Amino acid sequence: MRSGLVGQRLVVVFLAGMLLINYPLLALFDHPDIGLAGIPVLYLYVFGVWLGAVLVMAWISERDYRQGGK
Amino acid sequence: MISGAIIALASFAYLGLLFAIAHFGDRRADAGRSIIANPWVYALSLAVYCTAWTYFGSVGRAAAAGVGFLPVYLGPTLGMTLAWLVLLKMVRISKTHRITSIADFIASRYGKSHLLGGMVTVIAVIGTVPYIALQLKAVSSGIDLLVGEHDALFHPGGRVGGWLDTTLFIALALAVFTILFGTRHLDATERHEGMVAAIAFESLVKLTGFLAVGVFVTFVLYDGFGDIFSRAAADPELARLFTLAQGAGGYGGWFGLTVLSMLSVVLLPRQFQVAVVENVNEQHLRRATWLFPAYLLLINVFVLPIALGGLMEFGRGTVDPDTFVLTLPAQHDHLLLALVVFLGGLSAATGMVIVETIAVSTMVCNDLVMPLVLRFGGKVAGGRDLSGLLLGIRRGAILVILLLGYVYFRLAGEAYALVGIGLISFAAVAQFAPAMLGGMYWKGGTHLGAMLGLGSGFLVWAYTLLLPSFAKSGWIDASLLTVGPGGIGWLRPEHLFGLTGMDSISHGLFWSLLANSAGYLLGSLARSPNARETGQATLFVDVLRHGRGGVASFWRGSARLSDLQPLVGRFLGPQRAEAVFRDYARRRGWARLEDVPADAELVNFAESQLAGAIGSASARAMVSSVVQEEPLQVDEVMDILDEASQVRAYSRQLEEKSRALEAVTADLRAANDRLQELDRLKDDFMSSVSHELRTPLTSIRALSEMLWEDPEIDLADRKRFLGIIVAETVRLTRLVNQVLDMAKIESGNAEWHNTEVDLGEVVSHSAQATEQLFRERGQHLELDLPGAVPLLRADRDRLVQVVINLLSNASKFAPPGHGVVRVSLGLTRAGLRVDVADNGPGIPVAEQGLIFERFRQGGSAAGKPPGTGLGLPISRRIVEHFGGRLWVTSRPGEGATFSFELPCESKVAETLPQ
Amino acid sequence: MATKILIADDEPNIVISLEFLMKREGFQVILAADGDEALAAIGRERPDLVLLDVMMPRKSGFEVCQAVKSDPDLQDIKILMLTAKGRDTEVAKGLAMGADAYMTKPFSTRELVSKVKHLLGLAS
Repeated sequence: MRSGLVGQRLVVVFLAGMLLINYPLLALFDHPDIGLAGIPVLYLYVFGVWLGAVLVMAWISERDYRQGGK
Repeated sequence: MISGAIIALASFAYLGLLFAIAHFGDRRADAGRSIIANPWVYALSLAVYCTAWTYFGSVGRAAAAGVGFLPVYLGPTLGMTLAWLVLLKMVRISKTHRITSIADFIASRYGKSHLLGGMVTVIAVIGTVPYIALQLKAVSSGIDLLVGEHDALFHPGGRVGGWLDTTLFIALALAVFTILFGTRHLDATERHEGMVAAIAFESLVKLTGFLAVGVFVTFVLYDGFGDIFSRAAADPELARLFTLAQGAGGYGGWFGLTVLSMLSVVLLPRQFQVAVVENVNEQHLRRATWLFPAYLLLINVFVLPIALGGLMEFGRGTVDPDTFVLTLPAQHDHLLLALVVFLGGLSAATGMVIVETIAVSTMVCNDLVMPLVLRFGGKVAGGRDLSGLLLGIRRGAILVILLLGYVYFRLAGEAYALVGIGLISFAAVAQFAPAMLGGMYWKGGTHLGAMLGLGSGFLVWAYTLLLPSFAKSGWIDASLLTVGPGGIGWLRPEHLFGLTGMDSISHGLFWSLLANSAGYLLGSLARSPNARETGQATLFVDVLRHGRGGVASFWRGSARLSDLQPLVGRFLGPQRAEAVFRDYARRRGWARLEDVPADAELVNFAESQLAGAIGSASARAMVSSVVQEEPLQVDEVMDILDEASQVRAYSRQLEEKSRALEAVTADLRAANDRLQELDRLKDDFMSSVSHELRTPLTSIRALSEMLWEDPEIDLADRKRFLGIIVAETVRLTRLVNQVLDMAKIESGNAEWHNTEVDLGEVVSHSAQATEQLFRERGQHLELDLPGAVPLLRADRDRLVQVVINLLSNASKFAPPGHGVVRVSLGLTRAGLRVDVADNGPGIPVAEQGLIFERFRQGGSAAGKPPGTGLGLPISRRIVEHFGGRLWVTSRPGEGATFSFELPCESKVAETLPQ
Repeated sequence: MATKILIADDEPNIVISLEFLMKREGFQVILAADGDEALAAIGRERPDLVLLDVMMPRKSGFEVCQAVKSDPDLQDIKILMLTAKGRDTEVAKGLAMGADAYMTKPFSTRELVSKVKHLLGLAS
């Protein structure tokens, strides 16, 4: 039941993503301060979560792809 | 400024390249070597989501709302995490039922209804035509901007030579492209490989263009991200753009936009077209799951920096932020870059227009025009070949849609009704969500519910979003927004029932989806679904359980091939119809078309062929015009479903078995490839494996089906049959093990546990293990072993396997009752040698080589020996692995002697006492 | 007169199941274990239909089929080929040899019965 596992993992990524990029967690980073390397905190945060989501999704689906899972 | 001639040349060169790619893609598809059967191309084609509205408009939105432009791309990113679940199911349903558009999907799900299909089509057309206009506007204003006020070729407002209109030109060029690559022929799957290849290419171009200008602004004009942000931070007006609470209707608006764009990434007609209809392989969804979000991430990284750069360069209010991507390079005299960026924008616009037009024209043809033709055009429909008419309708629809887009662009100009259409259009297609998603996961959804939901959702959308956009454009009285219709305050379109605190998009989305879902639920629960609705609901919701092949058919009655084939021929053309029916007959194992039984499966097949060409509702109507159908009752439909599920449960065991066998076969195939040049007989081998595996399965399946179906078989037969099933299962298991063993050895994957082995011990151990066998057959086993022999370096268990195999072989052929088998072990010059001699019938010289081939057993046909035909070949491979050889000597009538010889290291041999 | 069916297959267990299945449908059943026996039985008994396995000793199902279909006296006998080699070329070959229908092993008993009845013109 490999595909079941992949599906569940992706649903978790979805829920985590919804949580991370919406109120109230989003509000924690919603201030005009400059963060790392001169880049605003909110910008860093949103793109960081985004990149993280892409990497996790890539890991989940490609891993399964290579193993020839169905 | 760039000369108009150069822009025209570059644009036409670009479109020419697109034609070439699409043409190449189609040619390769015809030759059966698809270039789009590739997960990368699939993921790139999904990026048709990013239109000119993204390309130019994102910077504009970022300049006004800062980070607030992001939800439009975060939504799809999160949406794609669910793609593997939702999109996969959509693809599977569409492939199974040959669905070619959203309208068809919804119509088919709710009992193949013309009315519903037409309604979805109307919503799609109203929602997308202004959006197409927006793309044309983007291209047109891009040209205006680059050529400036006075150009020899172009005049302000996009007039060429004073009277020719560039935008009209572009619209017509796109119509030609779309007609050429979108309606080449009628195909039941409605796939367009060349078009998809061109779209994937366009996605690369627009990404390159946007990244180029992004890098230019961030790293050439400024000193990287840090520099641009810190400078902007000095200006409080710009620093405001770093946050969002004040900027974009607050967190509620942010959330609303996320959900809206999440829905539109599958429900926009163009997205459904590329993601579902053009999908070649379900597995491609996997890569798209992350690659498409990665694409969105890349194309958005530079949006805010460009907006900030533009605002710092030009200040607010002088230059339209929507044009920053062009004006920034042009301002610094990087005209080549500006041209590249313009081409990127052109690709974003053309990509959207082409795919959207194809998708919408399919709907218009299949769900709007065809039903009317079939109903009212009695003469037209009277028996003629309609495939030409069908293509004509498609082409006409494409032209009309593009011209409508052009007219809307001309009429609306700079009005809000055009500029703000992006999200309003998203909200229109979001109305499909309850009927689509509900229909995929809830069997209770009915035709009435879908009608009510779509209808009320659409009306509320028009009232809360479309009407205000007209009012803001000054086309209708703006007091509608401020005081409400007739002064009724609680009916103000953007503050319905006095609701405040939401931006207009979230407000409209909330009310329309509320009305929509409520209508859907209430309508569905108002009465129980009829038989056809129940059938379709089950087929859609349970599609993943039904497997890929068969669709249970909710149909009873009779139809003749002689009626169905001409019917299909009228829409696909007679030759194609002949070809598809011949193929169908061949797949079902009939030599002649006339023999194909006129059963439900045939009717289903004909209907699905038609559905691809004219939509499921029309297909159903056409098929029922030639078949005599007996209507089914709801409980009969349930019976069919019940039966189907029982059959499934039963066949699951068989499936499991054959899955295991498939794995074995796959293993074997790998081994097979490697040894191809060494052994020409390999192909034969695969066929033999297949044959050997299927043979026991045949008895198992046939007997268990009979036992299962017929409770009246008497006890003796039952016992006999079950005995056979058990015996065949044992045979199958042994075969699987041996085939696996063989495959492992041949592929070099076998594990060898080499130790110092005493061959004498191996022989006596094997003799003990087979003692029982000999005793049962009344045969005598004689051992002739020397006291001590040199040790070998080998895998003991493998050698035991060889000796046992030779012993049981000997026992098989030695006569029962007085059989004698002699085993001897001795030293030779080469090493150690074991002989196993029997007093059986012997092996004819001609057969002595054959018995070492796989699946070639000795013995006559009548007395076929039990065994798999793999024992000797495996033994020989094992002996050869240790550098030895295995052979047979025999003279007919005098028994046979199987011998093997293994080398032992000489220094070990020397220590032996002589 | 009862409809006569010849079952030609060298796998005893498959023969047992086919025999039971056909008898249950009310057909008279004759058996053959190889190609030669099958041809002999066809000439002697003139069955209405032959369930013919492809891989048989002595004479393959293809040869038997060809022999039957090229004999004007026997031409009308319906032949349903059964094979455990599920390749397309195999199916094409069988149909080219003049078989009336083709099924791959393992088959659905229900489908087999309906194919047999259809070939015999007994379709329900």
